[in-house]
Amino acid sequence: MSLLDERPVDETPVPEPQDQEPIEEQVPFRPRALVRSERVEILLAAAAGVTGSGVMCLLFDWTHALTFAIWALLIFLVSIYLLARDSQSPIVATDRLITTLVWTSGGIAVAVLAWMLGYVVVKGIAGLNYEYLTSDLSKVGPLDDGGGVFHAIVGTLEQMLIASVLSIPIAILTAVYLHEIRGRLAGIVRFVIDAMSGLPSIVAGLFIYTVWVLQGQGPSGLAAGLALAILMIPTVTRTAEEMLKTIDDGLRESALALGAPQWRSVMQVVLPTARSGLITASILGVARAVGETAPVLLTAFGSSSINWSPFNGPQADLPLYIYQLLRQPNPAQIARAWSGALVLVLLVLILFVLARVIGERGARVRGGSR
Amino acid sequence: MALTSPELQALEEQVPRDIARTVTRGDRIFRTLCASAAAVSLFIIGGTALFLAIKAVPALQKAGLLSFFTTSVWNPTVGDFGVLGLLIGTIIIATVSLIVAVPLAIGLALFINEYSPARIRRILTSSVDLLAAMPSIIFGMWGFFALQAPLVGVASWLNLHLSAIPFFRLSEPDAPLLRSSFIVGTVVALMIVPIITSVSRDVMAQCPRSQCEAALALGGSRWGMIKEVLLPFGKAGITGAILLGFGRALGETIAVALIIAFTIEANPYVLEQGGGSIASLIAIKFPEAQDLEISALIAAGLALFGMTLLVNLGARAIVRRTQIAA
Repeated sequence: MSLLDERPVDETPVPEPQDQEPIEEQVPFRPRALVRSERVEILLAAAAGVTGSGVMCLLFDWTHALTFAIWALLIFLVSIYLLARDSQSPIVATDRLITTLVWTSGGIAVAVLAWMLGYVVVKGIAGLNYEYLTSDLSKVGPLDDGGGVFHAIVGTLEQMLIASVLSIPIAILTAVYLHEIRGRLAGIVRFVIDAMSGLPSIVAGLFIYTVWVLQGQGPSGLAAGLALAILMIPTVTRTAEEMLKTIDDGLRESALALGAPQWRSVMQVVLPTARSGLITASILGVARAVGETAPVLLTAFGSSSINWSPFNGPQADLPLYIYQLLRQPNPAQIARAWSGALVLVLLVLILFVLARVIGERGARVRGGSR
Repeated sequence: MALTSPELQALEEQVPRDIARTVTRGDRIFRTLCASAAAVSLFIIGGTALFLAIKAVPALQKAGLLSFFTTSVWNPTVGDFGVLGLLIGTIIIATVSLIVAVPLAIGLALFINEYSPARIRRILTSSVDLLAAMPSIIFGMWGFFALQAPLVGVASWLNLHLSAIPFFRLSEPDAPLLRSSFIVGTVVALMIVPIITSVSRDVMAQCPRSQCEAALALGGSRWGMIKEVLLPFGKAGITGAILLGFGRALGETIAVALIIAFTIEANPYVLEQGGGSIASLIAIKFPEAQDLEISALIAAGLALFGMTLLVNLGARAIVRRTQIAA
């Protein structure tokens, strides 16, 4: 199939009389707009898919909705290909087949997300109440009702605070080093940030375990914060560097032209201008770290009662709380895990929306600099 | 009026002249500060390799370096450790996840960049970003409770109709199909779709628009344009994106640990219950581990670290090269 093969013009009926002005010339040919005959074909194929799959489901006693969807899609693909091949050409038919597949992959992504969010809400909403949010698991037997997530929420907040305080300044200064200073080490640092961004989270946990927990410090929320900071640094650095790239060079030059040394131009011009972008970068880093289970498992160990001090003794956090409850085989614990999952998902959603809103406002303020 | 003066020449050629910079003391302090922040990352990566290696020595000495990588045993009381089966299991799970994720991710990238109307594009980019932000524990529990039933159906269908392909065979006709490498691989696939999608989108967006439009103007169909212009242009970058996804899949821990029925030995029957990976070994064995076993887990972590480091750096090198070329 060569690229030069012509895409046939549609075959909608053209007025017969030869002496009239040809109508097609007045209507510009828009290759991406669907004409009526194509719409009819799509409808026909969809009808074929739904009825074909429906008949098969009745014949073979299939009950799952997913089975129906898969067969309907397969029959739809075959019929849309054959219809287009018959009315136009194999090239158009292939094009339409691929278009359908590409749309399907978009649909799958949205469907997976909606299914997952919906599932967590449905499973978790029942157990979510004031008592659940304000009590811990210390006085609850595995089979009892009651108990809650408070200790895990406290742990999550403290660990995220520690991780943010440690990692965000380092990450932003690294981004400044990479993009503003462009020092001698920039190549190596970029290489290492790449390596870090692919670091499995459990390896970060093992590292802090060997250099901190094993060195007599014991498990603590601080150790978990250290491990999470390692995971946040590459994310925040990367995003922050992208944000610094969007700042207009004119601003830097103006600052220098006014006689400001580089550090003042960076601290008082570049970073304030990029502020919303840097906040977005930080929130994205927090959103990544807040859901990590494995490093916290190795550094804070988890606990069922509240531990206010992040510097001393085992501490729980939300993902670890869910993980440890899920490994126990009884329905009450698993129901608690689902409610915990709902809290965690809500937290991630809030962070995500916050990052979006701040990021978009910042993009408006900066105008079309990019 | 000296028209030949270098400043004027530079002006005519539109070359920005060098800015003469005086480096003040404040600047020097500031640069040192930034450089030391940047150096923290160097220390972390170097420290990880160093400390894991030091702590891995006791177990490796006891079990023997060679037999640690060529046997499949886990016997902490005797001090006999071997991770060959888990290395194979890790690669099996990552491969299954790539097979599921790559078509989906590339379809998504094409959809967002080329096919979707503007309004749907916004919804879709947000969905992909949110999918990337979802904690792996959520993927794990959703996969375990919601996705297993339909996937077992798919698995038994594959085994029933396509068992001519060795990939879809079972060790015995009615072997259990729950908690298999196939199910874990599918869940991990959904977790690595966002990274493959976003990197290949970036790569494909760099294709000169004029070339794409030229292909369409010559009468090519949209698929013709993608096949002849976009994909050849993005081939190297998309390979890099897939490798990045592979690296993520290798290191995925909690979703695997939750779903898989853990075994030390490699299970070549992908559709069948049982399997394992290095990362899930660490998560599952760590809470009860003692001295020598901890050292063995650290040795396994070191192997995982080396593996993901190689894959990731290779992938980034490929992606970066295409970005410079563009």
